[in-house]
Amino acid sequence: MIRALHRWPGLLALVLVTILSLSGAALSVFPAAERLAAPQAETELTVATLADRIQLVYPGVEQIRRSPSGQITAYWFDQGTPGAAVIDPATGEGVASADPNQVERWITNLHRSLFLGDGGRIAMAAGAAAMLVLSLSGAALVARRTGGWRHWFAPLRGPLAGRLHVEIARIAVVGLLLSSTTALWMTASTFDLLPDGGAPPAFPAEVSNETGVALDRLAGLSEIPVADLRELSFPYPGDTTDVFTLKTDRGTGYLDQGDGVLLAWADLTGWERVSETIYMLHTGQGAAVLGLVLGLMALGVPAMGATGVLIWLAGRRARPRIRGNQPAGRAGTILLVGSEGGSTWGFAATLHAALTQAGQSVHVGPMSGFAPERYTRAERIILLAATYGDGAAPASAKGFLDRLNAFDRVPDMPIAVLGFGDRSFPAFCAFAKDVAAAAQAKGWPELLPLETVDRQSPQDFARWGRALGDALRIDLELSHQPVLPKTETLTLVSRRDYGAEVQAPTAILRFALPRVTLWQRLVGAGFARFEAGDLIGVLPEGSAVPRLYSLASARCDGFIEIVVKKHPGGLCSGQLTALEPGDTVTAFLRRNPGFRPGPSRAPLILIGAGTGIGPLAGFVRGNTRRRPIHLFFGMRHPKSDFFYGEELPAWQDEERLVRLVTAVSRVEHPHYVQDALRDDAAQVTRLIRDGARVMVCGGREMAAGVADTLAEILAPAGLTPAVLKAEGRYVEDVY
Amino acid sequence: MKSLLATLALTTALTLPSLAMARPVTLTTTLNNYGGDGAYLALYVTDTSGAYVGSLWMAGGKSKYYEHLTDWYRATGGDTAQVNGITGASIGAGRTLEITLNLADALFDAGYTLHIDAAVEDMRDSPNEVAVPLTTTGAGTSVPGRRYVASFAYDM
Repeated sequence: MIRALHRWPGLLALVLVTILSLSGAALSVFPAAERLAAPQAETELTVATLADRIQLVYPGVEQIRRSPSGQITAYWFDQGTPGAAVIDPATGEGVASADPNQVERWITNLHRSLFLGDGGRIAMAAGAAAMLVLSLSGAALVARRTGGWRHWFAPLRGPLAGRLHVEIARIAVVGLLLSSTTALWMTASTFDLLPDGGAPPAFPAEVSNETGVALDRLAGLSEIPVADLRELSFPYPGDTTDVFTLKTDRGTGYLDQGDGVLLAWADLTGWERVSETIYMLHTGQGAAVLGLVLGLMALGVPAMGATGVLIWLAGRRARPRIRGNQPAGRAGTILLVGSEGGSTWGFAATLHAALTQAGQSVHVGPMSGFAPERYTRAERIILLAATYGDGAAPASAKGFLDRLNAFDRVPDMPIAVLGFGDRSFPAFCAFAKDVAAAAQAKGWPELLPLETVDRQSPQDFARWGRALGDALRIDLELSHQPVLPKTETLTLVSRRDYGAEVQAPTAILRFALPRVTLWQRLVGAGFARFEAGDLIGVLPEGSAVPRLYSLASARCDGFIEIVVKKHPGGLCSGQLTALEPGDTVTAFLRRNPGFRPGPSRAPLILIGAGTGIGPLAGFVRGNTRRRPIHLFFGMRHPKSDFFYGEELPAWQDEERLVRLVTAVSRVEHPHYVQDALRDDAAQVTRLIRDGARVMVCGGREMAAGVADTLAEILAPAGLTPAVLKAEGRYVEDVY
Repeated sequence: MKSLLATLALTTALTLPSLAMARPVTLTTTLNNYGGDGAYLALYVTDTSGAYVGSLWMAGGKSKYYEHLTDWYRATGGDTAQVNGITGASIGAGRTLEITLNLADALFDAGYTLHIDAAVEDMRDSPNEVAVPLTTTGAGTSVPGRRYVASFAYDM
């Protein structure tokens, strides 16, 4: 619901809010420029003295105005010719033209009415209303994503467009809320919908009928500082019934031109004061610095518009049409989807197609539509559940848990839950886990145990599909390619072989950089830009499902390097480890922004085992800034699978690596990285307490073991891997 | 160019019940290129003593800005009933406002004066921009305003 409230106003009003924000940002500069350019009055200068000085220079002066920036403007007639100038209050002389700035006028008219009069004003007010709705719904989404209002500035993870969108939003939203609400107030005021009109005092019927009072004898004028002045109008020459009109920031009054007596006075009304404050907050006139800040924040709107559209497109592309969807009442398999951005729907479509092809009748729907009483012919229920942010239910699964918990009796047909998530989040698949736990607590029979799919991994999904096929006694091959990226042909240039002696044949494969197009170079697409820790998806011959490998090199290294262990019967690893220089593979690049050392200079603790050394070695190789890196590396035997054993000492000499700790498992006394960490507990704790970042790469079990060990080591210091993860200081790349 | 035909149906002294004692008068106001947004103009009539008699036209739709038409505002207390039904849009710089009204014969050659107050956003207020006596002989004669009006004339 909130997402819809954010998406549709955003897309519909995109052009309007972009014009509003760009023109608003441009306008924010003018009050500051005026404030700097305007000659300011000395603080003790009174209105009487100022008026005297001006009248001396311009005897025909008719009106003196002071703008909120402190700029004084005088208007006069000199022998019937109108004149006006910005006045230097020190001399009373004109120093600059008082004509309105044509650029400012043009942008102002664009900003408030698109040059379209009242219709345009209403359109722009609608744009401001859209901005308000977007700000409120966006703030609610940020709070949900970061796990509550108190975590407003928590570190973000996930795809770049989404992160940028939220990074900008959580700073700019304050300004946008202020600008949009004040804009709506000002529009209401312009259309006379607010009782904030001026209420000047009634014009005096009785005056002295004399003229020629000295300015310093006008009541109060010698006491009022220029800073309080708004406007002083002189009486018409020769009209004895006319008066001086004085406006200050307290109100409006009339002064007799014969004896200087205050004839009438009216204070500003409360509404007027509120409207004036709102005008100041919106325009920055009288609050130039605030104006500039608001202008800067407004500049975030086009960026958020662009990233917002990208997020929406990505979600749309990922959510395919489901052909031949069966009604819930007739389907044998009920497939319910909990998806936030839409990518899980793509997996559902693949599963639906594969099951349908295997002769099953399948109904696909959102988890929020869970209604077991309608599933009269269902034999099983399958839930594909993503997680939003810090463990919350994703958009299409809202209310599922409440409904499930409300049932006295759970359905008889068994259930399978597959979680989708990203291991770099602390709450990996938390919602799916909650659902599985709730189902178990209710005594719901289980078709398959809970499984997870990391970062839309086609392999994880295919593996789970085989398990599902076994359970259903059908042959189920799920080949899901979330977004078909453009593939490249990579040519092997060299290989180094390890591990044959320890029954783990492994190769470090180095490929040449493919040619990149000018366009790719310009936008940094494909292999035009990559870092160690990014992934390449290799498409083995005979399968449409890509296998992901972590890169051990960055673009600037001039080659593409991966570490591949040959799995018995593994299709892709078999083909890769059989490559000879000159052979080619088909591959694409997948960025992995969650697994980067980051720009900080804080020490890095890299922990890896086996082929997990790949990206870590890449980080060390790229560490030309000599950031202190501590590498914990687990291997079977130093004589056999010490990957990068040749380079590591050299990197140590060059201070790209401070310390290398190895753990060897295929010896008389097996030693694992966990043991190495435990041996080094004091220093590891000290490093982490001082801000070090931990990066773990390797098999799932190794990563779990490392997390347990670190939890144990860090407990005395009051730290846990979970806390570090939440701070973005503990990241894993696990396979 | 704005061309409007309006019949005053107000309870002012400006019109008489019978059209036989009134005649169509065209008021043409041309603004100069003062380099600002659209101008608000109030066209109204005062009698021999300078007292406000009634309004002929208000160019500018938002009553919150009427206080900048200082003389008119002072004379009427900002009473929008004075310009009900005879209000149009503000006039852009360099544009011409042309209105045709049925004015009572009694208004002419009887010491009445037609005034125009003008105001432009972020520029000076110009009360009494134009003040011309209403006479049959003065008809067709162009007079300039003080700041914003390049020329004003009434034709019968």
